[in-house]
Amino acid sequence: MKAKIHVTLKQGILDPQGKAIEHALDSLGFKNAANVRVGKYMEVDVNETDKAKADAQVKSMCEKLLANTIIEEYRYELSA
Amino acid sequence: MKIGVVVFPGSNCDHDCQHVFRDVLGQSVEMIWHKETFLAGLDAIVVPGGFSYGDYLRTGAIARFSPVMGAVKEFAKKGGLVIGICNGFQILLEAGLLPGAMLRNRSLHFICKDVYVRVENAATPFTSACKPGQVLKIPIAHAEGNYYTDPVTLAGLQANAQVVFRYCTADGEVTPEANPNGSLDNIAGIRNAEGNVLGMMPHPERCAEDMLGNEDGRIIFLSMIDSLKKATSPLSGVGS
Repeated sequence: MKAKIHVTLKQGILDPQGKAIEHALDSLGFKNAANVRVGKYMEVDVNETDKAKADAQVKSMCEKLLANTIIEEYRYELSA
Repeated sequence: MKIGVVVFPGSNCDHDCQHVFRDVLGQSVEMIWHKETFLAGLDAIVVPGGFSYGDYLRTGAIARFSPVMGAVKEFAKKGGLVIGICNGFQILLEAGLLPGAMLRNRSLHFICKDVYVRVENAATPFTSACKPGQVLKIPIAHAEGNYYTDPVTLAGLQANAQVVFRYCTADGEVTPEANPNGSLDNIAGIRNAEGNVLGMMPHPERCAEDMLGNEDGRIIFLSMIDSLKKATSPLSGVGS
């Protein structure tokens, strides 16, 4: 299965990159753009056909390595 | 006395730490390749600065899973002195040896300059030669030194005197302007609850001898040596 994983800073934690992009958008005239959050996107092929097992593995990958849950949150989708 | 300096792929302050302990302060130093899993006869361990594993994913995130880190954790658990400097601090955070995490600097810039830090706790093995409140001028060189932790952990750090260094002005005033990177509470360095593990973003090994025009950093290493002299024999082997 393929996991598509998104990791972003938690809401409420200052995202300096997001702020810089927000200012750039503003100066380009996108006055209605707000709350830009920058994150990471990762794809992982998991050699596992059972969705529940793959799900448990990807969750563990996120908890142990892919996200630092003190400052980041993660979400992912699994597809065949 | 034997000091171990851990070397990861991408460490670049390892030899500076070796130089200070060996050539400036006359101690024996062992360089420890990150693939080592057994450490013996060491009195203290330095996790040095640099860009371990290219800072991929997050600073320190890959290094914490290096084979050597199991032995470093065990060494720390047995009460051995461990100091993490800059990237070493980031690795200790990722490894859970110290609480919290590092965010990108508020300015987004890599900042390389002298800063002032105030010694908030002079009763640690890393600061015992300092006077309480002493101001040290030490350079920083990092892009991710913006210390963050949740409010409960922060309150605990403050209550237990675990905040060891705070960014300040030359006169020792802790002000928002003296905070180079946006760190919570101007935190530049913290220790663990037990007191034997320290992490600090400034680089004392870069200012530990007169020839470099600043020797404020030397007091950190002198404190460690003094504390170790007062302690008992080195820890027996750790790891496997």
